[in-house]
Amino acid sequence: MGITGKSLLAALISLPLVLSLSACKDQAWNNPHAADEAGKNILYSSFSGRPKHLDPVISYSSDEGRFIDQIYDPPLQYHYLKRPFQLEPNTLTAMPTIVYRNAEGQEVAADAADLAFSDYYFELQPGILYQPHPALALNDEGGAFYQFTDSNDAAAFSTLSDFTETGTRELKAEDYVYQIRRLADPTSLSPIRGLLSEYIVGMNEFGDKAKDIRAELQDGEWLDLRSIEFSGVEVIDDHRYRVRLNGKYPQFNYWLAFHFFAPVPVEADRFYNMPGMSDRNLTLDWYPIGTGPYMMTENDPNKVIILERNPNYRDDFYPSEGESSDGDAGLLDDAGQKLPFIDKFVYRLEKESIPLWSKFLQGYYDRSGISSDSFDQAVKIGASGIGLSEEMLERGISLEVDVLPGTYYFGFNMLDPVVGDVGTTEERTRKRKLRQAIAIVYDQAEYISIFMNGRGETGMSPLPPGIFGYQEGEEGINPNVFKWVDGKPVRRSIGHAKELLAQAGYPGGRNANTGEPLVLNLDTVGAGASATQNWLIKQFKKLDIQLNFRATDYNRFKDKMKAGNAQMFQWGWMADYPDAENFLFLLYGPNGLVTTKGAGVNSSNYDNPRYNELFEKMKLMENTPERMAIIRDMLLIVHNDVPWASSFHPHSYVLNNEWVSNSKPHGISKAVIKYLKIDPERRTELQAQWNSPVIWPLILVAALLFVVALPGYMAYRRRLQHRVSSTLNPSTHQDGGQ
Amino acid sequence: MLAYIIRRLGYAIPILIGVNLLTFALFFVVNTPDQMAQVQLGDKHITPEAVQEWKAQRGYDKPLLFNPDKSGLSSVTDTIFYEKSLRLFALDFGKSDAGRSIAADIEQRMWPSLAVALPTFVIGISVNIAFALFIVMFRASIFDTSAMILCVALMSISGVFYVIAGQFFFAKEWNLVPISGYLSGADAWRFLILPVIIGVISGIGGGTRLYRTLFLEEANKDYVRTARAKGVPELTVLFRHILPNGLIPILTSVVVVIPSLFMGSLLVESFFGIPGLGSYTLDAIQSQDFAIVRSMVFLGSVLYIIGLLLTDISYTLVDPRVRLS
Repeated sequence: MGITGKSLLAALISLPLVLSLSACKDQAWNNPHAADEAGKNILYSSFSGRPKHLDPVISYSSDEGRFIDQIYDPPLQYHYLKRPFQLEPNTLTAMPTIVYRNAEGQEVAADAADLAFSDYYFELQPGILYQPHPALALNDEGGAFYQFTDSNDAAAFSTLSDFTETGTRELKAEDYVYQIRRLADPTSLSPIRGLLSEYIVGMNEFGDKAKDIRAELQDGEWLDLRSIEFSGVEVIDDHRYRVRLNGKYPQFNYWLAFHFFAPVPVEADRFYNMPGMSDRNLTLDWYPIGTGPYMMTENDPNKVIILERNPNYRDDFYPSEGESSDGDAGLLDDAGQKLPFIDKFVYRLEKESIPLWSKFLQGYYDRSGISSDSFDQAVKIGASGIGLSEEMLERGISLEVDVLPGTYYFGFNMLDPVVGDVGTTEERTRKRKLRQAIAIVYDQAEYISIFMNGRGETGMSPLPPGIFGYQEGEEGINPNVFKWVDGKPVRRSIGHAKELLAQAGYPGGRNANTGEPLVLNLDTVGAGASATQNWLIKQFKKLDIQLNFRATDYNRFKDKMKAGNAQMFQWGWMADYPDAENFLFLLYGPNGLVTTKGAGVNSSNYDNPRYNELFEKMKLMENTPERMAIIRDMLLIVHNDVPWASSFHPHSYVLNNEWVSNSKPHGISKAVIKYLKIDPERRTELQAQWNSPVIWPLILVAALLFVVALPGYMAYRRRLQHRVSSTLNPSTHQDGGQ
Repeated sequence: MLAYIIRRLGYAIPILIGVNLLTFALFFVVNTPDQMAQVQLGDKHITPEAVQEWKAQRGYDKPLLFNPDKSGLSSVTDTIFYEKSLRLFALDFGKSDAGRSIAADIEQRMWPSLAVALPTFVIGISVNIAFALFIVMFRASIFDTSAMILCVALMSISGVFYVIAGQFFFAKEWNLVPISGYLSGADAWRFLILPVIIGVISGIGGGTRLYRTLFLEEANKDYVRTARAKGVPELTVLFRHILPNGLIPILTSVVVVIPSLFMGSLLVESFFGIPGLGSYTLDAIQSQDFAIVRSMVFLGSVLYIIGLLLTDISYTLVDPRVRLS
């Protein structure tokens, strides 16, 4: 045993030496990245869940956009630095030209009464090349290099990198049009197909034809969508194309900055639809192809997703203009420099917040959000506002705070018989007063402070700051809920809310006719945290209203909402684009969840004819003072009707390590990593400083094992001695036995 | 023995059909195909037509168990149950509801699971047996008592605690290993040290107590007493006599889990970011991907049945008195 103990001790003591002599010698032992990546121009980040879709026709989540928006090049993009958000050409030579036409196809003015169509003309920059990709590899005859006739041909390939031959070609107008055809194809399951088919001429007809033709095809046979007539799109030449819309749709420009309208070459569609490819998980939904600054070289979303610099990326330069504060913040230091700056982005899967945070503090992730667990360690809230903690400042970490273009709200179902906008005029007035009373006592600021570490701000309307129509100060407050006192909004008194409640027919929280207590139901997903529930109960208790929770799973909750059976609920919306229309349509009657059988976004089923009328007018307008006046009128209606008791706009907090620069939060666009820059040398230096291994615990453990083993060995020796002596002198000893 | 194996495999078929039926019923009680479609398609702008198209593309537009519109055998085969569940018997896992090949995913994810589970299993058993023998050697002494108290303490601590404490001390405070993650190839060992150590330590309490009991039972038998009486050294008694005989009951608990090793560990894989099969099932449940859930449940059942069969066979190998008939 003594020998064993010594061996163990030696092994444990030598373990660090063995480790240090192995692959770890060039980097810290706890470095989670590959040793050969040390010191390289690579930015490390994380993702928390597998992206569902990477095909630009179907992907609709920001978690997916953060990857594919670096790869796909839509015609337009957002200016990185300017605020309010501003669109600019991306692959185009200029912003699209819009020509308005009447039903006969003659050109008319933008405000003409007989305006029937809007023709969008696009002109591409010449010479833009695709990333190297096997779909574009050609054989000697100029045909596709990879042509599989049956599924066995694909058996040798399990990832895209197994295809050794790659090729490229110039981006053509046809690629943009082909993607619009894919959008129109019902089998693509594009989430915006329904919405766009209202505008793009011929989209529905194209979809019907594609469906009919597919029905005739054999299982797995590829359909070349170019073979189907589509009246709303036209390829004019290699660099120009046209899209025809029904009527006017000013928000279309915003959609043109989405990956939905990014180009997909027909070769890629053919390539991924070859026999056996989808059985090997080789699909466009998994391996994107684009002309953007980066290309996906590894997609193992169970572990890592890697984007590398596209060697064929066009000339693209860092902006030289921005907000007035951008110069002081060093955000214009690289003006005019060629993009992108970083060679490679490595995103690792991190499902748990603790390891993610620890790795950020160790310097192994360059950027991080702040989870609730680590908020107190990262941020301090003082009299001067929110700032970084001493620990973060010592590490040179910087904080970016931004208001996200989103709105989360506590809504009423306006079809509900108790709180909704139903019944006679008198009944509807009483129910409106009930909603107003609840809106007054629902202290959103307290909720944000307690449950969100202050990361949000109370909403006065659906419009968050930064969106045209949002108004600060006294003009912007909801006058039914707040008063403007000493330069800030102050919630109206509970006494006033109680008065409204009494006028609603519930004096003291009891039905004036029956005397029964008023019980309201909040429909929720899951039971929720008890602290949150208690807080909500407390809000309603201010009016002596009893709050009941109707918890269910997410599927049933959605069914309930779709059927209009919920009473009160909590919901949220993150904007597609920075336009008031994209928020105010949350309360547009025809968008009602019940009316649209679940396809609409108006979860409250709010339907005010005057509001609807103003919305229809407002959505076609440019951002002018007239539009602002209409928005104000719409908000007054909403403030009066109270379809939502309360709302808030969340804040995003991002931490950057000292070596990261050029970072500016952009609430809408995800295609921003090409602007980021890092200093790998400084990172290596600080990583080594922060992560030197501590060996003494290993020695201590070894010593402890030795201390424990030694008495055991001695006891064993004693027992042997005892046996020997008892064998020699059996009369005086007895075997201890068991 | 061959007849026995064939008979046991035959018994497995109704068991697997039952498991499939149960999984199918449980899943569809919770989720309708419409709800599954909505989960896969997302929350924004999803039209009823898109939901129908999604269902049609994946075969969820058919009746669950019986198709009244069809006649003869087609009334049973043209159903979701037949198409989605019974094809598993041909190990045709098909595609996940997100559209990916499940077989390809399993093939890819089983290796990281094995990389963690196999060393944890082998080292864990070795350590538990060694520790149990050590305690048996000092049975009825202060060592025995102390070790048992330690084992109960180790058993009483939650697995999550070991993980968090291990990550905190070894990775965060002492900077000895990466806190989580996984790299393929030669770099993988750096990420496996901590999960394996934690897996072994968290299993010591229960394993050692079980093996100690088994070894003590052997230590009290006549042949051990005879060996001692002949003056055989204690270490020889332990390793040549007690250990081989004590291994027979140990096989019962060990062999059955061997085939399931590649299914991975939910807890360890989630906390350490190991891209194995343990987290695959969990992710599928969270994303309501029925295709993956039924495949993994089926696979788990098959492996468990194989494990039980291997246990029976292993009995005949280690104990000549056992005959399978």
